[in-house]
Amino acid sequence: MTEILVLADHAGESVKKVTFELVTLARRFGEPAVAWAGAGAQAAQARLAEFGAAKVYAAEGPEFDDYVVAPKAELLAELARRAAPAAVLVPGTPEGREVAGRLAVKTGWGLLTDVTGLRDEFVADQPIFGGAINVTSRVRTGTPIIAVRPNAITPEPAPGQAVIEPVAVTVSDAAKLARVTGRVVQERSARPELTEASVVVSAGRGVGSAENMALIERLADRLGAAVGASRAVTDAGWYPHQFQVGQTGKTVSPQLYVAIGISGAIQHRAGMQTSKTIMVVNKDPEAPIFELADFGVVGDLFKVVPQLIEEIEKRSG
Amino acid sequence: MNIVVCVKQVPDTWSERTLRASDNTLDRDAADAVINELDEYAVEEGLRLAEAHGGEVTILSMGPERAAEAIRKALSMGADKAVHLLDDGLAGSDALGTSAAIAQALRRIGFDLVICGSESTDARTGVLPAMLAERLGVPQLTLASKVEIDGDAITVHRLAEYGYDTVAATLPAVLSVVEKINEPRYPSFKGIMAAKKKPVETLGLADLGIDPAQVGAAGAATEVLSFARRPPKQAGTIVTDDGDGGIKAADFLAERKFI
Ligand SMILES: Cc1cc2nc3c(=O)[nH]c(=O)nc-3n(C[C@H](O)[C@H](O)[C@H](O)COP(=O)(O)OP(=O)(O)OC[C@H]3O[C@@H](n4cnc5c(N)ncnc54)[C@H](O)[C@@H]3O)c2cc1C
Repeated sequence: MTEILVLADHAGESVKKVTFELVTLARRFGEPAVAWAGAGAQAAQARLAEFGAAKVYAAEGPEFDDYVVAPKAELLAELARRAAPAAVLVPGTPEGREVAGRLAVKTGWGLLTDVTGLRDEFVADQPIFGGAINVTSRVRTGTPIIAVRPNAITPEPAPGQAVIEPVAVTVSDAAKLARVTGRVVQERSARPELTEASVVVSAGRGVGSAENMALIERLADRLGAAVGASRAVTDAGWYPHQFQVGQTGKTVSPQLYVAIGISGAIQHRAGMQTSKTIMVVNKDPEAPIFELADFGVVGDLFKVVPQLIEEIEKRSG
Repeated sequence: MNIVVCVKQVPDTWSERTLRASDNTLDRDAADAVINELDEYAVEEGLRLAEAHGGEVTILSMGPERAAEAIRKALSMGADKAVHLLDDGLAGSDALGTSAAIAQALRRIGFDLVICGSESTDARTGVLPAMLAERLGVPQLTLASKVEIDGDAITVHRLAEYGYDTVAATLPAVLSVVEKINEPRYPSFKGIMAAKKKPVETLGLADLGIDPAQVGAAGAATEVLSFARRPPKQAGTIVTDDGDGGIKAADFLAERKFI
């Protein structure tokens, strides 16, 4: 059976959910072969097997962490040359897309980004213009390189061997031009990661202060949700930038998106419009975010949200 | 320092954007056109770096006639001159073709630093800066929220899922910026007047020695097969809080099995 090459997204040995999504998608088209750049493949083997990975190409080596993007693109190009896969799937994260871009230049193969689904013959579904239009597209030159939007595919377990095949790739000097000299971790929380979460609770300027973000976090925790924020909130320094949702922040498509005190500017919508269910709390009935709402409450968030939290606590006994 | 800032004209995100039924490409006439927002941050960063370290800022834009408006906007912010990559043969280029043409123009212009916005609001692929770095064989300093230059050493903060990485390289390089990096200036009246006299060179495929088969719709490695407007969302239920808004919200969440 032909291979589908899947670039793993991982932090050390911890595998990001999007990797399982890609492996799940790959199974429909061939044998998922995971390209693992850097350390941790051994420890991740069992998890990858759970989702049906047939093979894991493990390329150890510090270069993949020490230099920006280019070494990973070289690895993928080399694996694609050796294994002749039917397609290459990469995580549609900012970094994954950059790896895919460099791979496309190296190979001359066509690249589709922000893909939310694949049909037969690798025909891709792509939402464009913030989800207003759905496009189907395909690669017509070379092996399709497809960057899949995180959280668009539901990962489903299936038995796999995840046989580890160590690969020795010599990273060229040309791929070592941008050196990572430090890694700054700004905030870690016990909450699910924003782009992976099935529920996201986001706050906008309406929360009014950094202190009031605690209220949003409390609601998020009752719902097992990730916390997001509009740019107004991250710009004001009320919440760290990596939680920004929108055109210049993260793109999320959770099962449930709760927008609290957010007006619904086009740049914000671009990052959340494809959420399956949207709930809104805003005191201004004219706020454009209500156009997207499956359910909306026109009211003061400082009254509505505490009552909602209390109610959830009551009902969950 | 020779700084080249890549700018793209895009349909205004506030206007109705659609594709053309005849060839599945962006209907550029249907929408108001503006300079891609993130590219304004790229222009601003170019101007600041030139002010701090000396040098010249050249705007490079690929696009139809009308893209001249975006070029003028960038010039009115203070850039020195511009190159407009204009050729009917470029219409319908995908990311590979676009990056090939822009890379070739950059080789011709020469540069110490290329600055791009990290993505455009229309296509949103976010791949062009990485493709340019690959094609030009220079360091990729993308998704930068902060830049420092000292001689030919350049350091950036590169946004990451967990925060940021510090990344170091030597010029020449390709930089892409995120909106956190600065606050773009508004063109002054003087700037707008001065922009009218600034030189804009127009280059076509033949001028750059680009093989027409490599670019445009014909050379594209990808194609759009069909498009459809997303069915309008069914109007949701909107309630006004009369002291029980939170309870009603909880009812909704329970009904949808979120609690
Ligand atoms: C290049 C560029 C990129 C951008 N990228 C992004 C992006 O990635 N993400 C993003 O979010 N924005 C982005 N923006 C900014 C965007 O245009 C908006 O300015 C921003 O989204 C507004 O945030 P907001 O909705 O929180 O604030 P506002 O628009 O000020 O809305 C606040 C809302 O809170 C409501 N409110 C106030 N008090 C209460 C209360 N007590 N109870 C209930 N409701 C209340 C108000 O009615 C109002 O609707 C970008 C802009 C530019 C130019």
